[in-house]
Amino acid sequence: MTDFIAEMMERLPDRLLPLDAWHRERGGRMVPFAGYQMPVQYEGVMAEHLWTRENAGLFDVSHMGQVLLTGDAPDVALESVVPGEIQKLGVNRMRYSVLLNDEGGILDDLMVTRRERDLYLVVNGACKYDDLAHMREVFPDEVVITLLDERALFALQGPRAGEALASLIPDVASLYFMQAGAFTFDGMSLWISRSGYTGEDGFEISVDCDHAAQLADRLCALESVKPIGLGARDSLRLEAGLPLYGHDLDETVSPTEGDLAFSISKRRRSEGGFAGAERILEELAEGVDRKRVGLMVEGRQPVREGAELYVGDRMVGKVTSGGFAPTLGAPIAMGLVKAAFIDMGTVLEAEVRGKRIPVTVAPMPFVPHRYHRAKAV
Amino acid sequence: MSRYFTEEHEWVEVEGKVATVGITEYAQEQLGDVVFVDVPAEGKQFDKGDEAAVVESVKAASDVYSPVSGTIVEGNDVLADEPALVNTDPEGDGWFFKLELSDPSELDGLMDEAGYKKFVAGL
Repeated sequence: MTDFIAEMMERLPDRLLPLDAWHRERGGRMVPFAGYQMPVQYEGVMAEHLWTRENAGLFDVSHMGQVLLTGDAPDVALESVVPGEIQKLGVNRMRYSVLLNDEGGILDDLMVTRRERDLYLVVNGACKYDDLAHMREVFPDEVVITLLDERALFALQGPRAGEALASLIPDVASLYFMQAGAFTFDGMSLWISRSGYTGEDGFEISVDCDHAAQLADRLCALESVKPIGLGARDSLRLEAGLPLYGHDLDETVSPTEGDLAFSISKRRRSEGGFAGAERILEELAEGVDRKRVGLMVEGRQPVREGAELYVGDRMVGKVTSGGFAPTLGAPIAMGLVKAAFIDMGTVLEAEVRGKRIPVTVAPMPFVPHRYHRAKAV
Repeated sequence: MSRYFTEEHEWVEVEGKVATVGITEYAQEQLGDVVFVDVPAEGKQFDKGDEAAVVESVKAASDVYSPVSGTIVEGNDVLADEPALVNTDPEGDGWFFKLELSDPSELDGLMDEAGYKKFVAGL
């Protein structure tokens, strides 16, 4: 038992979330993550996971970087390092994208929202300072990059999130998936988007740090809302088939390999003009050497990150994240697998502690998404 | 019968020459929801400190070390279908394996319940 407990007892880094005391008061077990002490769980990962799939969970994701791009043509500048359509992104509309290096590898994945006066980005906590440095280096001086480090960020996720938030702020009912807007509530100025990373309907809410506890208290006073830790956030996103940067994606993985080709917009495919375009456009035309796929695991033993994947004696890939899926009651995983072995139904073997465990290439998401999408016209 | 504890958060219950081994309440609390347990087969021999079993929670995989040397006489097969027993009754029905002691004097190096409580309080 030593390894796990020693890991949990590791000296915590010094950065605290704005709501650090709030989490501890509610029984949050704090662990180091992305340079912060973050709540991994309150009552237990399994219970919190299932609660979020049935009700609404409040996640403190204030470690993530909220970044504003202003000045002269920030959309044109951003397009030089992401493959998405940013120039024609509508006001208060958002898009998932990836920050690319010159080799077409992913430096980070991020959300981009066009607001009236700026572009608002949400980037991963562990990458935020590197992202800022990279953008400062490659953007023209006329683009101003500002880290909003005085703002907290919450995600409210689950099938009852819409009803819960609308009971406090009725106007949020008008938002559909990947839309956003400014709202005021109880004297607080909030930026709210209908988005998240659990596969459920829900919102991400930006609030200044001084009001973060007030907002969290108002939300958790609702019968449908409980605070949920990082542990369940990870199992929820895994079931939703969503990649985790630093695990399923890194600076060697292209968006095409990462099964994120949807993030490469049509105009950008024909025009190119983004970092790594040569490799990525070639992969779109010719195919990739390896790809991120979903894996259903036989039996009950979880197959975790780093496990090698085999066909016979030949190593054909590696598990990039894996664990137990509480909604399915079974272990699931994602891996980067050589292109010859990515057809649905292909059976591979994962090596875990010297044992071979059969895994089957499976479609993602593992648990269907339930986003609140605008109806097709 | 007497119960011993290790700094690796295992408990050892000794009856005659046979020791029953499991993980403590504190350990299951730290692990969280247990979803898989792999227990050793009858006849396997372990030296004190060898990796004898695997316990996986939603969060992580951990080894369970044999707190004493001996030969396995029984693994708790119920855990294959009901791994959550490790959470609900870690120091009872959630036991991992029983082994026949090859060197009972090794027990002298382990803690008693009061000693373990003190050890955990100091973590």
